[in-house]
Amino acid sequence: MQFIDEFRDPNAVKLLLNKINALVKQTQFTQDSPLNIMEVCGGHTHAIFKFGLDRLLPPEINFIHGPGCPVCVLPMGRIDTCIDIAKLPDVIFCTFGDAMRVPGQQGSLLATRGQGYDIRIIYSPLDALTLAKRNPQKQIVLFGLGFETTMPGIALTIQQAKQQQLTNFSLLCQHISIIPTLKALLTLPNIKIDAFLGPGHLSMIIGVKPYQFISENYAKPVVISGFEPVDMLQSVVMILMQLIRQQYLVENQYRRIVADQGNLLAQAVIKQVFTLQGNDEWRGLGEILGSGVRLSKEYQEFDAELRFNTKHYSHQDDPNARCGDVLTGRSKPINCPLFGKKCTPQSAYGALMVSSEGACAAYYQYRQGDLIC
Amino acid sequence: MLKTISLAHGGGGLASTQLIEQVFMRAFNNPFLQTHEDQAKIALTELTQLGNRLAFSTDSYVIDPIFFPGGDIGKLAVCGTVNDLAVGGAIPLYLSCGFIIEEGLPLDTLQNIVNSMAQTAKDAGVTIITGDTKVVPHGAADKIFINTAGIGTIPTHVNWGMTHIKKGDKIIVSGTVGDHGATILNIREKLGLIGALSSDCAPLYQLIRQLHAIEGVRALRDATRGGVNAVLHEFMQGSGLGMQIKESELPLQPTVRGLCELLGLDPLNFANEGKVVIVVSPDCEQRVLQLLHSHPLGINACVIGEVVAKKQVTLQGLYGIERLLDLPHNEPLPRIC
Repeated sequence: MQFIDEFRDPNAVKLLLNKINALVKQTQFTQDSPLNIMEVCGGHTHAIFKFGLDRLLPPEINFIHGPGCPVCVLPMGRIDTCIDIAKLPDVIFCTFGDAMRVPGQQGSLLATRGQGYDIRIIYSPLDALTLAKRNPQKQIVLFGLGFETTMPGIALTIQQAKQQQLTNFSLLCQHISIIPTLKALLTLPNIKIDAFLGPGHLSMIIGVKPYQFISENYAKPVVISGFEPVDMLQSVVMILMQLIRQQYLVENQYRRIVADQGNLLAQAVIKQVFTLQGNDEWRGLGEILGSGVRLSKEYQEFDAELRFNTKHYSHQDDPNARCGDVLTGRSKPINCPLFGKKCTPQSAYGALMVSSEGACAAYYQYRQGDLIC
Repeated sequence: MLKTISLAHGGGGLASTQLIEQVFMRAFNNPFLQTHEDQAKIALTELTQLGNRLAFSTDSYVIDPIFFPGGDIGKLAVCGTVNDLAVGGAIPLYLSCGFIIEEGLPLDTLQNIVNSMAQTAKDAGVTIITGDTKVVPHGAADKIFINTAGIGTIPTHVNWGMTHIKKGDKIIVSGTVGDHGATILNIREKLGLIGALSSDCAPLYQLIRQLHAIEGVRALRDATRGGVNAVLHEFMQGSGLGMQIKESELPLQPTVRGLCELLGLDPLNFANEGKVVIVVSPDCEQRVLQLLHSHPLGINACVIGEVVAKKQVTLQGLYGIERLLDLPHNEPLPRIC
C-alpha cells in the first residue's frame, strides 16, 4: 500500500535499528538505567506493541506510555453523566466507538444501549448533525471527546449547527488540551522522563512551537513523530542525536503531515468555539489546572450540561488501581495489582484496559502470553 | 396480489397460498415441493450411495443491510449452510428455508431475495425442498430473517476433523481475508469508501470437493463470524496445539487493508462468507494449493502459517516479533483518532 509499506519496510527498520544500537553506545544509558522516552499519544503505544518495537530496540531504551489517549483519561464520573443524558426521554446520544466500553459507576454506554436507550456510534461529528436534521422531535447530544486532534471537526459541527439554527443539537464537552497536561505531568514528583515522542496527529493542528517549553525549561528533547515503525525509529535516532550533542530541541520528524505552524484554520475554529477555562478532572491524574475546555460564550447555547442541567459526579478510584501511575510512566501495567485480575478487557476497571490505545489493553492483548509464562 | 407483505401472507389463508405459489414455488420449483406435502421425502438409497454419514447443519441470517455488493441475505442464507456442510467433507444436497418477514416488506424485495436463493442453490448444486413463512407485525423484526438447514452426505473415505491436526501441519487460507466484514461495515456505517469493496459470499463446495481425494487434509472451517482468528482459536481448542501465522503471508485486498488501517481494526477478525481455512500435512501442501488455485474461488490461496506445539494463537509480525492473537472480547469498535 503506497505510503504505508514504505514506512514499514523491514530493510529500513533494520538500518535504523543498527544506527540506534551504535548511537546508544555513545550515551551513558544502560539496561538498568535506560533512556526513558515517553510516547505521549496512545497511537504510538499501540504501534509499539503491534510491531514489537520495544522488543526490537536495545534494552537501553525504554518506552513510557503517556496520557495522550483521550479515552484513557476519561474520569468515571463523566461516563455517568453521559448515561444520565442518554436515559433522558427523546434523546439520541452519539459517541465515538471506543468511549462505548469505558466503565462508569452506572456501567458503560454499551451496557446502557443494551437496556434499550438510543446510543449511537458515529464516525464523523457531522453524522450527529444529520441525525438532528432528520429527527427534529429528538434531542441529539454529541459526546465531544479528544485532544486538539478532534476539536476542529467538532468545532465546525457546532458552527454548522448554529448557522442552521438547530435547536435540538448539543455537545457534552469532554475535550482536553495537551499542553496543560504536559505541564502538569512535568511537575509531578518521581517522574523519570528523559525525552518525548511528540503526538503526530495532534501536532498537525497545534504545530511545533507549543512544545518549546519542554526543551527550554526542562532540557528534554521532543521529537514529533509519525506512527509507522520507520517514523518512530527515526524519531528515536533524532532523540539520541540530541542527547549526544546535548542539544534539547523540538524537532519535527513527521514533516509530511505536520507543518511547523500547525493548521492555522483549525486553530482559528478551535479558538472561536472553545475556550480554556478552569480545571478539569482526569482519570488517574486528578484535577489539572487550566486544562478545562468549555464552549465559548458565543456557542454556549449548545452546551448539553447547561441544556439538561446535568449532575456532576466525582468518584474515588479504587485505591489499589495504578491508572495514574501508568499514565505518568511511574508504573508498568503489569505492576498494577488489578491488572489481569479485577481489570481485564471483559471486566475493565479502567479505561486504559478498554481503549485500543490504552497501555493496559496493549499489554493484555499483546503480552498476555509473556505474563502467563 | 398486494405489493407489500401483510400479516395475511402469514395467516394460512388465501394470501399465504398465493405467496407460496407465486413466489416460493415458482422460484424453487422442484418435484419435492410439487407434492405439496408438509414434509419432503428423501429416498435413503440415494443418500447411502453417496456416503456413509449424514451431515446436518442449520444457521439463521439476520444481516443488515439485506442487499450489499457481492450478495444479499438470500445468497448468504444458501451459501452459509452449504459451506457449513462442505467444510465437514459433505456433499450438500438439500436445504430447508424458514422466513420471518416484517409486515410491510415490499413484495419485489422478497421476490429478489428468493430469486437470489434459487440461483445460488442452483450454483451450489443443492435443492430447496421444504420451507416455512411467518409474517410478524411491523417493528417486530428487521425486514426479513431467514433460517436455512441443510443435509448432505459425507463420502466414506473423507474423514476430516480437528482431532487429526498434528504439529508441523500447514495452515492454508483459500483467498483474501476480511472482504465480507469490511464491505458490510462500509455500508452499514456509511463510511463512503468506494471502489473494490465487495463481499466474498460464495458457495464453496465445488472448491472443497477437490480435496476429498487427498490424504493429509486434516480439518477445514469456513471463516465466517470472528474471521480467520476465530477459526484458528477453534483449531487450537480442537487439537490442543498452537497456531502460528505470519503477517507477511496474509492475503488482503488493498481496500480492506485501507479500511482496517483507517479504523484501527484487524482484518483477521472480520467475517468472510466465501473463504475456508484448511490444515494439511506438509507433504500434501503443494497438491492442495495446486487444486485450490485451479478454481476461481481459490486463486489467491496460500499458506499463512503452521501448527506448533505450544497451545496459543500467535502472529509473527513483519520484523519477526511474535505476538499473541487474542480473540476479541466484544465486537471490534473503531478508535477515536
